[in-house]
Amino acid sequence: MPGKLKAKIVAGRHLPVMDRASDLTDAFVEVKFGNTTFKTDVCPKSLNPQWNSEWFKFEVDDEDLQDEPLQITVLDHDTYSANDAIGKVYIDIDPLLSCEAATVISGWFPIYDTIHGIRGEINVLVKVDLFNDLNRFRQSSCGVKFFCTTSIPKCYRVVMVHGFVEELVVNEDPEYQWIDRIRTPRASNEARQRLISLMSGELQRKIGLKVLEMGGNAVLGYLQCFDLEGESGLVVRAIGTACTLDKLSSLPTAVLPACNSPSREMKESPLAQAPSHGCRSSHNSPVHSAAAASARLSQGFSVSVPTLIFTGMGSGGSAGKDGGPLKTLLRQQTQSALEQREFPFFTLTCFPPGFLIHVGGVVSARSVKLLDRIHNPDEPETRDAWWEEIRQEIKSHAKALGCHAVVGYSESTSICEEVCILSASGTAAILNPKFMQEGCLDSYSEHRLEDPAPPSCGFCHIPYDELNMPFPAHLTYCYNCRRQKVPDVLFTTIDLPVEATVMGKGSLIQARLCRLKKKAQGEVNATAISNLLPFMEYELHTQLMNKLKLRSMNALFGLRVQISVGENMLVGLASATGVYLMALPAPGGIQIAGKTPSDITYEQHISNMQKKINDTISKNKDLYEVHPQEIIEEVIGSPIPESRQRSRLFRSHSESSDEVSELDLSHGKKDAFVLEIDDTDAVEDIHSLLTDAPMPSGFYSCNTEIMPGIYNWTSSLQMFTSVRVFRLNNVNLTNQGLNKIFNDLCENLLKSLYFKLRSMVPCCLCHLNFAVAVPEEELIQVAVTAVAMTFDKEQAQENFKANMEKAIMKVISENEEQLQFPLELCTETPAPQPFSPSKGTGHQDGGGIHTSARATSVDYSSFADRCSTWIELIKLKAQAIRRGSIKTTASQEKGSPLPEGRSRSLRCMRPFPSSTVSVVKMTPLSFLPGTRIIKYLGIINMFFIRETTSLREEGGVSGFLHCFIAEVFAMVRAHVAALGGNAVVSYSMKECVFMENPNKNQAQCLINVSGDAVIFVRESEAEATAAAPQTSSMQNLSGAAEANA
Amino acid sequence: MDMSVELDVFVGNTTIMDEEVYQFWLDGYTVNDAVKVRMEGGVLEEYEASTDVLLSDTMDQFRTFQMCERLLHTPAKLANQLLFQIPPHRQTMLIERYYAFDNAFVREVLGKKLSKGTKKDLDDISAKTGITLKSCRRQFDNFKRVFKVVEELKGPLVENIQQHFLLSDKLARDYAAIVFFANNRFETGKRKLQFLSFQDFAFCAGQLISNWTVGAVGKMQQLERDTESGAVRQLLNKQAKEKHPICTNNMVEDMDVDLDKEFLQDLKDLKILINDKDLLDQHKSLVCTALRGKTKVFNEMEANFKTLSRALVNIAAKLTNTKDVRDLFIDLVEKFIEPCRSDRWTSADVRLFLTYYTNSARTLDTFRHQVTWDRYMDVIKSCILKMYHD
Repeated sequence: MPGKLKAKIVAGRHLPVMDRASDLTDAFVEVKFGNTTFKTDVCPKSLNPQWNSEWFKFEVDDEDLQDEPLQITVLDHDTYSANDAIGKVYIDIDPLLSCEAATVISGWFPIYDTIHGIRGEINVLVKVDLFNDLNRFRQSSCGVKFFCTTSIPKCYRVVMVHGFVEELVVNEDPEYQWIDRIRTPRASNEARQRLISLMSGELQRKIGLKVLEMGGNAVLGYLQCFDLEGESGLVVRAIGTACTLDKLSSLPTAVLPACNSPSREMKESPLAQAPSHGCRSSHNSPVHSAAAASARLSQGFSVSVPTLIFTGMGSGGSAGKDGGPLKTLLRQQTQSALEQREFPFFTLTCFPPGFLIHVGGVVSARSVKLLDRIHNPDEPETRDAWWEEIRQEIKSHAKALGCHAVVGYSESTSICEEVCILSASGTAAILNPKFMQEGCLDSYSEHRLEDPAPPSCGFCHIPYDELNMPFPAHLTYCYNCRRQKVPDVLFTTIDLPVEATVMGKGSLIQARLCRLKKKAQGEVNATAISNLLPFMEYELHTQLMNKLKLRSMNALFGLRVQISVGENMLVGLASATGVYLMALPAPGGIQIAGKTPSDITYEQHISNMQKKINDTISKNKDLYEVHPQEIIEEVIGSPIPESRQRSRLFRSHSESSDEVSELDLSHGKKDAFVLEIDDTDAVEDIHSLLTDAPMPSGFYSCNTEIMPGIYNWTSSLQMFTSVRVFRLNNVNLTNQGLNKIFNDLCENLLKSLYFKLRSMVPCCLCHLNFAVAVPEEELIQVAVTAVAMTFDKEQAQENFKANMEKAIMKVISENEEQLQFPLELCTETPAPQPFSPSKGTGHQDGGGIHTSARATSVDYSSFADRCSTWIELIKLKAQAIRRGSIKTTASQEKGSPLPEGRSRSLRCMRPFPSSTVSVVKMTPLSFLPGTRIIKYLGIINMFFIRETTSLREEGGVSGFLHCFIAEVFAMVRAHVAALGGNAVVSYSMKECVFMENPNKNQAQCLINVSGDAVIFVRESEAEATAAAPQTSSMQNLSGAAEANA
Repeated sequence: MDMSVELDVFVGNTTIMDEEVYQFWLDGYTVNDAVKVRMEGGVLEEYEASTDVLLSDTMDQFRTFQMCERLLHTPAKLANQLLFQIPPHRQTMLIERYYAFDNAFVREVLGKKLSKGTKKDLDDISAKTGITLKSCRRQFDNFKRVFKVVEELKGPLVENIQQHFLLSDKLARDYAAIVFFANNRFETGKRKLQFLSFQDFAFCAGQLISNWTVGAVGKMQQLERDTESGAVRQLLNKQAKEKHPICTNNMVEDMDVDLDKEFLQDLKDLKILINDKDLLDQHKSLVCTALRGKTKVFNEMEANFKTLSRALVNIAAKLTNTKDVRDLFIDLVEKFIEPCRSDRWTSADVRLFLTYYTNSARTLDTFRHQVTWDRYMDVIKSCILKMYHD
C-alpha cells in the first residue's frame, strides 16, 4: 500500500437554498476517491454548515493517486426523495506527490455545478502520506515535476536536458455514448469532466514514467491538449521537454537560469544579433481517410512512440566559435549524434545564454486527416502514427536547414466535423551539446570564461551551407561580428534570446486571412482543404513580411500560425513579435508597383498609397524607436556581397511555390520590398497594411514573454481573457469581404483592449495570445488571453544597466546566502500542526462580525502545515514583527490607497480583516515583475463544462460566458490558494469551445486552462529577508504567524 | 451590416470597474444612454475609440455590476466571495456607492412605512424627482434591507449598520436615521415640512437616537468621560440605574430604535412649568431679565414667551401618544418655528432664547425635574436650531 490519502471536510458557506419551504439547506458531503466513498453527517438547516468531519482515509496505489482526482460532492439531504446534488469539487492531488511541492491542500473551494455554476464554497483539507521510499516511485511516476513554463523555472537549474517526451490517450467521448440519450445533461457533463480529469492524470503519469526512464526528474514546457473528435472519440495528448532539475539553493551557479527574467536581460556587450530566415513548411495533403479510427469501446488505450533519449551527444567541439570549418565539424558531430534521436525537439522557448548556437528559421508541417468512425477497433495507434508522421517531417525540414534540433516546438489541431488539421511548428536550431551533458552548466561557464567574447550574434548566423541553401535567402555578413553570414530576415517561434541585441522596442505583428471553401464531405472536403493550405500559409507569410517591413524591423519571435477549419471557410491567424535585431541588415522600404502605368489616375492612386506607406514607416520608426544607421557598410567597406543591393521576397517553401514565384519580383529598386497591386492578393495586403490602426500612445504589445526594449516593469499587472463571437450575415461574401471582416474584428478587439486597460498606461500587453475558431458556419470566434503590465516610463534606460549589475550581484549573494542556509521550509514530513485548520474557519466566522476587514488577507490555515516546527514558526513571527508590518498579498494595484471613507480607528484596532480570500495573481508569463518566485507548487490543469437551459435568463450568451470565465478564474485561484500559492504563472486557456442554441435557450461551453502554481515574494522583501531564506519563503506565512500570535 | 457581434466578453483576473460607469448603472441608465453620455464626456477622443468600443466596454461593466449586485445585498460576502477578485478599496467604493441615495428620493420616503404599498408609489416618486425607477427601486430596497436586518439585532444602531453593511460612518448614520424614522413613522411629508432637507432630519434623528432612546442611556455612560456635560450624564445615569436596577449596559443596548417609554412618561411632569402659574411667571421673568438688551426682538420674545413655552411643554407632554410622536416635527414647525419666523427672529435669536429658556428652568426653586428637562430640551434645542432656516 504505497499511499494514504486523507481528507477532512471542515465547513461550507454561502450554500444555495435547497429547501424552498424553510429557505435553508440540509447539506452533507460525499468524499470519493477511486471506488471508495465516505459521507459526512448531515448538517441540518444551515447555509453555512460546519461539518468538522473526521479524517477520511483512502489507502491507495500511487498509480491511482496520480490518475484520479479527489471528488467531493455536496448534497442536500432529502428524507423522502433522492438527495439533490448542490455541486462538486475535483481536487487534483498530484502536487502533494512531489516532495518539493505542496504538502497540504487546504482552503475554500468553490462548489461547482455544470448547470448552475458556482454555488457556495467548501473548506477542505487534504494530505497524502507516502509510505514508500523514493525508489518505489518507479512503479508510478510520483515525484516527477511538471511545469507549463517554457523556460528554466526560476528557482532551479538544469543539470541536463534530456529531450522530447510525448504521449497520448484516447477514449470515447461520454457525450457521444448511447447512454447520453437517457441521462441528464448534468450527468453527462460530469461524466465528461471526470473522464478528462482521469485521462489527464493518466497521461501525466505516463509521461512521468518516460521521464524517469530517461533519468530525468521534471518536464518543462508541458503542453497538454484535448481533441474533441466527436463521434470518433476524445484524445488527450501532451508534449514536453524532459530535464533533470536541481533546486537552485543547493548549488552556486545561479546566474544562468535567471536569464529569462526580463529584468535580467543583459546587454553588456553591444553585440549584434541575428538573422533569420524564412519559413519552411509543408503540407501533407494526401488524404488519409482509410484507417483513421482510434477510439475503442472499453477503456481508453494509449500508445506512444518510443522516444530516444536526447542526451550526451557528441563532444561538440568549440561550439561557441563560429569559425567555418569548426562549424561544419560541429554540425557533423552533433548531427550524427542527433540523428540517432528520434525527435530532437524542445518545447522550451527561452534558453540559458549560449544554449542556442544557430537558429535556422521556422519549420512547420500540417496534415489534413479524416476522422473516421471506428471500423476496426483493434487497430490502435492511428493518432500516434499521424503525429509521428508530422514530427518526422518537421525533423526533415530542420535537417534541410542544416539544423539538428527544433526548439520552441508545439503541436495543435483544428477539427470540423470529420476533418482534422494537425499542425506542428518550431524553430530549427543548432544547440550547444554541452547542455545535453551531465554537469553542463559548470562546463559551460568554464567555456565562457575561455572565450572572452561570446558571440551574442551567434544565433543569427546561418546554420546551413551558403552554397547549398534550402531556400532562396539573401545573405550578408553579420552586422555585429562581420565574420559570419546572416539572412536579412529571421523568423522564429521562440522568445528573444537573452543575449540578443535589439534596437528600439518590439511590436505585435499579426497576419490575418480568411478563405472561403465549398461545403463538402469526406475526402473531397479534405482534399479541398489541403489544397488551400499552402496558399494560406504563403499569404500569411507575405502579410507578416510586409508588416515587418512597415515597422522597419527584421526579425519575428514567438511566431504562431493557426489555421482553423470551418464548414465553409478556413481562417488563418499568424501572430508574432517583430524586433530589429542589430546583427541583421536594416530592412528596405516597401515599393508599390503598378502593372499598367499608362493610366494617370491609376498612377496617382499608386503614388498616394506609396506615400501613405512611407508615412506609416516613418511614424513607426519613431514609435518603436527603430532608427537603423544604414551607412555602416560603406564606411567599413566590409565584404557585403553584391546581392545585397536587391531584396527579394521571402517565400514559404511550399509545394505551390511554382505559382507564387511569379510574385517574386526583382524590380531592381534598392532594398525595397515590391508589392504589385494589380494582384488581388496584393491589394488585400496593402489594405491590411494600412488598416492596422496605430496603438494609442502609452501602449505596446507583444506575444512573447518579454517586450524587447522595455526593462523597467512595475509590479502592477492585469491578466484577462476576452472572447468574441461574430456572426456573418451576408451569405454571399467574397474572400476579400471576408478578409476585411476578419481583419476589422481583430483590430477592433485590440482597440477594445487598449480602451479597457487605459488606466494602466504606460503599459504593455504581453503574451497576447489569439485563438481563432469557426464553431459553426457563419460564426468566427476569437479568444484572447494576455497580461497588461505597467512600466515606468520615466526611469532612464541608463539606470537599467546599473540595476542589472546590482541584480546580478544580488543573485550571486543570495545564492551564497542560500548556501549558508540550506534549510528548506517545506520538509516533506507534514509537521504536527500548530494550528488546527478549523481555526482558520473560526477566524473567518468571527470575521463576519468584525466587518472592518476588507483588506484582503490570507487564508492561512494551510500555511500552518508548512511550518514543520514551532521553532520555525517563532522565527517567522519574529521576522514579521521585526519588519513591523504584514504585507498581505493585496497590493495588486500600485499605490492602491487604503479603503477610503471607513473609520480608520476601527481598522487599526483589527489589522486582520475578515476576508479569507487571498489574492492570487495570474499571468501567462513565466515571471511576475518585481518579484521572485521562491517555490513551484505544482501544475494546474483544469477542465470545466458549463451548460445552461435558461440562456436568456442568464443574460444571453455574453452573460453566460462572462460568468463562466469568471468562475474558471475563481476556481483556479482557489486551487492555487489552497496549495499555499499566491500566483499562477505560464497560465493559458488552451481550449474554449462554445456552442449555443438560442432557439432552445441553451448554451454549452468547455474551458481548459493550465499554469504553474507558485509562491512569490516581492524583490524588496526578498532582499530584506535574504539573511534568513526560510522566512522569506512566504510572506503570507509571516502574516499568518502574526495573526495567530 | 456584414457581421454582427454575437458574443463579447472581457474578464480580468482583477475585476475592472470604472467608477463613472458604475454610477451610470446605479442611476439606472440603460446601456445605450450610458454610452451616449460617455461619448459626450469625451473619453473617446483620447483613445480614438469607436462607439462599438464604448458599447462593448459599457456592456461588460454593466454585466459585472449585475453579477455583483447579489453580493452587494450582503456586503460582508463581498470580502469572502471567490468569484470576483476586487481590491479592498474598490470593494469599499462599490458598497458605499451602492448604498448611497439621492436626497430627493429619501425625502419622499422618509418616515413612511417601508412596505410594498410604498413600493408602488415609486413610480410616482420617479416621475416627481426625475430619478429613474430602477434607481428608486435600488434605493428603496436598500432602505428596506437595512431596516429588516437591523430590526432584529441588538446593540447600537449605527454600529450594527456599519458592521453588517460595511458602510462609512457618515452613511451608516444616515441609514440609522432612515431606519429610526421608518420605525417611528415620523411625519415628514407635509407641505410645511418641505423646506427641511434630509440632512436636517438626519441630524434630528441622531439627536433623538443618542438622547431619547433607551439605548442612549447605556451609551452615555461611555461618553461621560469624553463629554463636557459629563456631570449631567452622570446624573442621568444614576437616575437610570436607580429606575432600572437590572438594566446593565447589555440590556439597554438593543433599544436604539425605540424611544425610551419611561422618559416619555416622565415628560408629563414638565407640565408643571405651564400649569403652575407662579412657576411660569418666574420662568418668564428669569428669561426676560437675562435676554434684555441682547436681542432686537426682545419685545416679541417677551410677548410670546408664554405661548412658546406652552407649545414646547405641550409637545413634550403629548409624546406618550404614538400619533403625537409622529407629529413631532410638524408640531415643532407649526408651534415654534413658524411663530418665531413670523416675528423675524434670527437663528441667533432662537439660540439665545432657547439657551436661556432651558437654563433658567434649572434655577426654578420648585421645579424638580431638571434631568428630564435637560434631556428633553437638549434635543429640542438642537433640533429647532437645525430646522430653523428658510
